[in-house]
Amino acid sequence: MNTNVRLESAPSVAVVPANPSYRSRLRLNLRLRMGLTILAIFAIGSFTLPFFTDVNPSEQGAYMKNLPISIKHLLGTNSQGQDIFWFLVFAIRNSLILGVAVSLCVTTIATLVGLSAGYIGGWFERVVMLITDSFITIPVFPILIVLGALVRGRTSFWVVGLLLVIFGWAWGARTIRSMALSIREREFINMARFSGASTFDIILKEIFPYVYAYIVVGFINTILFAINTEAALAVIGLSKVETPTLGSIIFWALNYNAMFIGQYTWIVAPVVATVLLFLGLFLTSTGYNELYAARRGHS
Amino acid sequence: MKTILKAENLRKVYKLGSLLRRITINALDDVNLVVQSDEPVIISLVGESGSGKTTLAKVILRLVEPTSGSAVIYDQVVAGEGNQPSHHQFLGRVQPIFQNPFEAFSSYRTVDSYLQTTAQRVNGLSATDAIGAMESALSSVGLKYPDVRGKYPNQFSGGELQRVSIARALIPHPQIIIADEPVSMIDASLRMNIINLFLSLKDDYKTSFLYITHDLATAYYISDYIAVMYRGTIVEFGRARAVLTDPHHPYTRLLLDSIPGVKRKWDRTRLTLADIETKEYAFEGCKFRNRCPLAQDVCTHQRPPAIRKEDGRDVYCHFA
Amino acid sequence: MIKLNNIIATYTTVRGQVNAVDGVDLEVPTGTILGIAGESGCGKSTLLKVIYGDLTYPLSMTTGNVEYGIQDDLGKEITSESIRSYWFKRISYIPQSSMSSLNPVIRIRKQFLDFLDPSLDKRQVLEEVRTYVQQLDLPSEALDAFPHQLSGGMRQRIMVAMATFFQPAIILADEPTTALDVVVQKGILLLLMDLQEKMQNTIFFVSHDMGVHYQISHSMLIMYAAKAVEYGDSSDVFERPLHPYTKLLTESLPTIGDEHVRQGVAGRPPSLWEDLRGCRFAARCPLATDFCRSNEPEMVEYRPRHFAACHYAETNL
Repeated sequence: MNTNVRLESAPSVAVVPANPSYRSRLRLNLRLRMGLTILAIFAIGSFTLPFFTDVNPSEQGAYMKNLPISIKHLLGTNSQGQDIFWFLVFAIRNSLILGVAVSLCVTTIATLVGLSAGYIGGWFERVVMLITDSFITIPVFPILIVLGALVRGRTSFWVVGLLLVIFGWAWGARTIRSMALSIREREFINMARFSGASTFDIILKEIFPYVYAYIVVGFINTILFAINTEAALAVIGLSKVETPTLGSIIFWALNYNAMFIGQYTWIVAPVVATVLLFLGLFLTSTGYNELYAARRGHS
Repeated sequence: MKTILKAENLRKVYKLGSLLRRITINALDDVNLVVQSDEPVIISLVGESGSGKTTLAKVILRLVEPTSGSAVIYDQVVAGEGNQPSHHQFLGRVQPIFQNPFEAFSSYRTVDSYLQTTAQRVNGLSATDAIGAMESALSSVGLKYPDVRGKYPNQFSGGELQRVSIARALIPHPQIIIADEPVSMIDASLRMNIINLFLSLKDDYKTSFLYITHDLATAYYISDYIAVMYRGTIVEFGRARAVLTDPHHPYTRLLLDSIPGVKRKWDRTRLTLADIETKEYAFEGCKFRNRCPLAQDVCTHQRPPAIRKEDGRDVYCHFA
Repeated sequence: MIKLNNIIATYTTVRGQVNAVDGVDLEVPTGTILGIAGESGCGKSTLLKVIYGDLTYPLSMTTGNVEYGIQDDLGKEITSESIRSYWFKRISYIPQSSMSSLNPVIRIRKQFLDFLDPSLDKRQVLEEVRTYVQQLDLPSEALDAFPHQLSGGMRQRIMVAMATFFQPAIILADEPTTALDVVVQKGILLLLMDLQEKMQNTIFFVSHDMGVHYQISHSMLIMYAAKAVEYGDSSDVFERPLHPYTKLLTESLPTIGDEHVRQGVAGRPPSLWEDLRGCRFAARCPLATDFCRSNEPEMVEYRPRHFAACHYAETNL
């Protein structure tokens, strides 16, 4: 029992004019704007530019090898006779597609599993968490290496994505479950039950809004995870390296010892692109977090 | 005569602590209670923290399963052995009001959405009929529907929000409303508005109330019956006026003495206070014996039985 | 005498500035217990923070000052700026909920010793603290515990012990017993009264419970919507209240054995964000007239040492 200072939100004239630096709820903070800008450039660039060319970037020997930067070849060509710039554009596109697709699946599964386990409880929760924990404890990367080695090169791009989903959903599910557990104890859940709400209603309307912010952040971070892991696998040659992705460029560049033969662009360009992309994702993720925390302070 | 409330040998045991140090808390230790009446009544459960009054309320609301024993509301078993109503039937007969009105609503939903859900799911009304039910429930608590529609919890004061909460509980026309400390978080000057509301609802809606509180003064004001609880047991039970103006159990007397009133100043002798409260839950005999001026050997070994007095009250004391 | 000179305390928020205490001006005799009563949002807790000198952003004292009537070691008067260095020694604060002011992972005895001068011998002081705590009928083992191992009542009693150990001249208690059971509350209040009689310090006791004030306060300050509305000796304020709000507060709660029909006060306190004109209680006052709604009443001494801010203070309700 305590007494709070309840400053009512009655619509009236304030005692003193409002502080000029007060931001409205819809304006995004700087971090978020920067992050989204970077992502927008990458996304729009990598999806629209391909329409302006009929080049098949994977075709080897399409051009002269190891050409320097020029108007015709914006980043030069590599030792396989491919245009680096276009290869990079397609690579970014494919990495983004993979990242978003994997993230959508992972987030959906983690949310469904976590919320239902957290709220329903009982034996259902125990069985589900047993399965979840098993997936968590499996070390992702070594398994992927083993699987990659087994299917070496014979797999499709989407199988790699599927593997990422299988090993990526568990951790988020666990976190969402613990959030649901703590929300489950709150009084308004009882109120909802006594209002006749069904289990599904409660999960969707009462619990979900409270985990929403975490899910958005998790979604963005999973994109990062997916692209990152695929790149790492590709770099060691365990993904489908013929398909242009950020990782596969780096793989081929390393394979051809790009650094040693002076083909700096070939290795530097994808690394810089990767770093910038991750920066964009990171800024978006933390920027959104900041915005959300500031919003909650007002309500 | 209907059995408004009956608790029979109700027990609830919590085991806390780690593997190395287990503490057993008898939150409810063989609680027995019967209230029968043809008219709606207001029953108060009073006690301090750890008395078990909230646990008893949770058992009746079916939020907590009793370890053993049973509870009956309006002739129907709600907890323990016996033929129990379905969840949906139960919601139409028993409804709660919670202590903290701001916690009772999700900040992401409008408050009237809860009323709407209740009207549609519990009463089975269509969306248009639901509005009528909401309007009438809100007006019984002194609020108008247009003032409430579309608003979020943080747009109301504590007192108003609690009234919305009461309106929601009224929509199914329940037989009994379980009110868990409904006014303790509301300012003193506004409390009587809610308390008086309970009295008028008892007459207008013919609803009984189970009023759980640590505030004896408001309990006196509205209750027909009162049960005083200590460490999971009932120590005194009877008609409210009689018990509170002429307490028989030493703990009831201690409680009444401790209320800071505006008529008489306290005498200044220092009290000895209980230190290790969790131990008291495990006592075999009377739980109050360490603090009781009348305590003797028999109190340590034997649980005091209910002694029925002429005015119909039960006192659980060897020396009542 | 402790003087509160026309204090206006302001909170700066994103929505603008609001005066949580809007012009409180009074003199408090030393060696007494002043009870401060009022509903949530009336400013009583803020007033306590101002007196304690806990003026960190977003709270600030826009105008006014506090004359403590105590001097430092050099004989200079202590002011609102310098009072900070005398926390626990000359002035101390008992909060409502000790759980939020005690560090949960540090034993209580260590938290207490952290406030001391580094030059003092900690072991010796700890011994003295143990003796003191035992004198108050508290188990000295409680000092060795972590906060969560003690019950709420025990924690608050330890807080009272810590706040009084150095025998400060001023003690500020902000609803110290509100969250506790009534039996425990009585124990702590009796303890506080005993200590005050022995040490003859001044206690500012905030509570919304008029019953508690009746038992322990020597004089009363009633606050409403950031304003002081009544001030005087307890007996005067309870038996012959001048302000209608005081009367309504005292009478709104039932007492056992009394069959009177009780009514709560209609309406609710005004939002401090509104354009407040005239008497702030006018909207809920049974005596209010148009004059009240446009003219703000001043604190006037209607009877010796009994003040009220009401145009109709002498009227019987």
